Amino acid sequence: MTIEPILAADGVTLAYGARPIVIDASLAIAGGERVAIVGPNGAGKSTFLRALTGVLTPRAGGVRLCGAPIATVDRMVVARTIAVVPELAQLPFAMPVDEVVALGRLPHEPPISGLRPSDEAAVVAAIERVGVGHLRRRDARELSMGERQLVFIAVAVAQAASILVLDEPTAHLDIRHQVEVMELVRDLNERDGTTIVAVLHDLALAAHFFPRIVVMDGGRIVADGPPAATLDEAHIRGVFGVDPALVRLPAGAA
Amino acid sequence: MAAGALSQDLGSVGVAARIRARPVVVEIVVLVVLAIVALAGVGLGSVRISPADTVAVILWRAFGIDVGATWAPATEAIIWELRLPRVLTAMVIGGGLAVAGATFQGLLRNPLADPFVLGTSSGAALGAAVAILLPVDVAILAFGLLHALAFGGALMAAFVVFRLGGSGGPGGLTRLLLTGYAIGSVLAALLTLAMYVSGSDLRQIFSFLLGGLAGASWPRLVVAAPLIIASCALIVARSRSLDGLLLGDSAARHLGVDVRRERGILLALASMATAAGVAISGLIGFVGLVVPHLVRLLVGPSARRVIPISAIAGAALLVAADLGARLAGDVPVGVVMALVGAPFFLFLLGRTRSGYEL
Repeated sequence: MTIEPILAADGVTLAYGARPIVIDASLAIAGGERVAIVGPNGAGKSTFLRALTGVLTPRAGGVRLCGAPIATVDRMVVARTIAVVPELAQLPFAMPVDEVVALGRLPHEPPISGLRPSDEAAVVAAIERVGVGHLRRRDARELSMGERQLVFIAVAVAQAASILVLDEPTAHLDIRHQVEVMELVRDLNERDGTTIVAVLHDLALAAHFFPRIVVMDGGRIVADGPPAATLDEAHIRGVFGVDPALVRLPAGAA
Repeated sequence: MAAGALSQDLGSVGVAARIRARPVVVEIVVLVVLAIVALAGVGLGSVRISPADTVAVILWRAFGIDVGATWAPATEAIIWELRLPRVLTAMVIGGGLAVAGATFQGLLRNPLADPFVLGTSSGAALGAAVAILLPVDVAILAFGLLHALAFGGALMAAFVVFRLGGSGGPGGLTRLLLTGYAIGSVLAALLTLAMYVSGSDLRQIFSFLLGGLAGASWPRLVVAAPLIIASCALIVARSRSLDGLLLGDSAARHLGVDVRRERGILLALASMATAAGVAISGLIGFVGLVVPHLVRLLVGPSARRVIPISAIAGAALLVAADLGARLAGDVPVGVVMALVGAPFFLFLLGRTRSGYEL
C-alpha cells in the first residue's frame, strides 16, 4: 500500500480476562473511506471499535492513527481526529440540547474560557445538519430514545473530526430516521470527506449505504470488501445462521 | 453557552430559562447579594453598627484609608476582631463546601452527592472526637489537636474510600459511592462509640457535629482560606473535565478527558476544600448539597458556570445563615440554614418547568 491508512489495526487481539473477544484482527482504513462492520451479537464488533478508538489497549497487535501508535498520540489530538457518537447515557442533570451538543467542542475550545464564536457556529451547524433544531431548548433527558440518538450524533458531528465512529447509530430509530441517519453519514463522507466507521446490525442498510463491509464472527474478521463479496449467501448463512432470503439486499449487492 | 445565538430564548419557557440565558446577570446579582449580606453580617449583632461605620473601620484597618469618620475603640474591636473574621470564614467555608458539592455531584453523576459523600464528615467528626477525648492539650497558635485531627480524619476517610472504591470500570461510580457509604458507616459507628464513652465531653463533640462559626479567628482563617481557595481555583481550572463527564466516562474519554486521572485529582481537590472547612467550622450540611442545584436551576449544568457561581452563592448563603443564627441567639447555623433554606429551595423546585428533578 502506498498511501498511509488514516486508521489501522495490526493483528489486534483483545480479551476480557482469559476470554478472547477479538482475535488477530487487521484492518486498514484509508482517509475518506466509508466502512461498515457487521456480525452477529458477540462477534467482538464493539470491542474492536473500542480498540480502534484508543479506549482499550490490545493484548497483542496495535492500532495506528495516521501512522502513529494511538497510545502515544495526545488525547486531545485523538479527540480532534476521531469523534465517537456517545453511548445513550442518562444525563445526571437537566440540560438543554444545544448545551449537550456543545460538549462536542471540548477538544477544540480553550480550557478555561470555553466556547468561542467559531465553536458556537460549529454547534449550530451540527444541530442543523442532524436536523434537531426544533429540539434545541428541550431538556435532553425528556427526549425519546430516537431523538436522543440524533442529539448524540450531533455531539460527534460538532466535534468536527476527520474520522466519525458510530456504534449501532440506528438502534433506536424508526425506518425513516434510520435512512436519514445513513444519508447524513453518507453526506458527511462524500461532501466533507469524513472517514466513517460504523458498526451496524441491519445488513440491508449496510449494503445499501457502505461500499466496504467488514464481517466479524467469533472475534475474527472473516470477510472484508464490497457488499457483493462480503454479504453473499454463503456469508449470511454461515456467519449469521439465517436463510439469506430473509435479508433483502439492494439489487446488485449480492 | 454564555452568549450568542445559542442562548436566545424562544419564549414561553419560564423565568428560569430566561435567566439561564444570562449567566453574567446571575453572577452580578449573586455578588451583590454577597456584598449586602457580608456588610449586614459585620454590622448586625448584639451591638448594632451602622453600615457607614462598618465600611469606615474596614477601610481604615485593611487599607489604611481614613475617610474622616470617628468611632469608639470598642466598635473597632467588635468589627475587626470578632465579626469580620467570622464573616470571612463563613464566606470561605460556604463557598468551599458549595464548590465541593458541585464537584462531587458532577464527578459521581449523582444529584444527591454532597461534600461528605466520601465519608469526609464521619472522618472529621471521629478525628475531632478523638482529639476531645485525648487527655493531651497541644495548641500551636490557634490550632489545637481538634483541628488537626478533624482535618486529617476527613482527608484520610476520602483517601481510603478512593483507594478501595475508585478503581473505575463498569459500575465504578456505584462502587465508589457504596464504598463511601460503608467506610462512613464504620467511622460513624466509632464516633458513636466515642460519644458513648465521652461522659462530660459529649457536649463538645456534639457541638462539632452541629457545626458553627463561633470558633472563627484571623489565624484560623489565614491557614484554612488559602487551602480552600486554592482547591476551588484548581477545580475551576478543570471544569472542562467535569463537563465532559456529564456524558459519562466513555464519552468523556472520546472528548479527550483522561477520566481516571481527572477524577482522582478532582476528588482530591474537593476533599481538600471540604476537610479544611470542616476542621474550622465542624459539620455544616445543606449548603454543599443545595447551592449547586440552585445554581443549576438558574444557569444550567455546565461546570464552567456552576462552579464559580456556586462559590459566590455558597458564601452568601452561609454568611446569611450565620447572621440569622447569631441574631436568633446563637442557635446552630445548620438549623437556620435548613429551616429557612429548604422551604425556599422547595418553592424554587416547584416553580421550575424545565423538567428539573433531583
